[in-house]
Amino acid sequence: MRWIWIDRFTAFEPGKRAEAVKNVSLAEEHVHDHWEAYPVHPAALMIEGMAQTAGILVGQARGFKEKVILAKISRATFEDVVTPGDQVTFQAQIETISDAAAATSGTVLRNGDLIGRVDLMFSHIDQNLGGVKFPEENFVFTGQFERLIAPFVENADA
Amino acid sequence: MAMSDAEVFEKVQETLVEALGVDDDEVTPEATLTGDLGAESIDFLDIVFRLEKAFDIKIPRGELFPENILNNPEFAQDGKLTDKGLAELKQRMPHADFSDFEQDPDINKMGELFKVQTIVNYIKTKLAA
Repeated sequence: MRWIWIDRFTAFEPGKRAEAVKNVSLAEEHVHDHWEAYPVHPAALMIEGMAQTAGILVGQARGFKEKVILAKISRATFEDVVTPGDQVTFQAQIETISDAAAATSGTVLRNGDLIGRVDLMFSHIDQNLGGVKFPEENFVFTGQFERLIAPFVENADA
Repeated sequence: MAMSDAEVFEKVQETLVEALGVDDDEVTPEATLTGDLGAESIDFLDIVFRLEKAFDIKIPRGELFPENILNNPEFAQDGKLTDKGLAELKQRMPHADFSDFEQDPDINKMGELFKVQTIVNYIKTKLAA
């Protein structure tokens, strides 16, 4: 099983923007300890949700050939909390993409209202400046990630 | 209309404040990106992306921050740049001030070449081109 913090893509424009939703449920164990008296979906997992939304957008833009790794959280601000029963929407767009890296900007909505902004940078790690080698197999984009965008992208391997 | 030196500096300063999360008074012309402003490798790409947007220019890979110097034994040996390496770097970075570095081209001190002023000089050349 993979660590996936988005449930479904609701929009996907290759190379430009993507939108995904995550439904937070009290059946998910991670909110039980965070915190018992007042369960809240952690902000760190909202950053992860944005990283997955934006990371898949960036990966698809280069045909999933690059290993796309979250390299920098340029900005992450949240003005309110998300609790069980809420739906979180991650809206990501590509600001810049080059051979070596990509920068994305994003907004986070709770039940349709803006509650946060998350801007990220991703590295195409095989193109790293240090010339460090990584395994040939693309360990970032495995089937489960690609299936998420299958309804939107013809060449996604289902 | 051409931008004045002060306008270029101000925009570079704004870019570095956003990219590195530093205060604007830390971004002085002599501040080094890695030593004084805490930039890491991914930040260099971030800075390039932001400069391209801020000034509406294209910065080809390796032009502002040269690559493939240290991993070439002809250019770097025993922790120092060779004469050839120094000449190569100077040619690739006409926007940097080498007066201190060339006295002792220790590769650990290479970061000192990347000052805020180095970026300002580079941008001015780009805008004049």
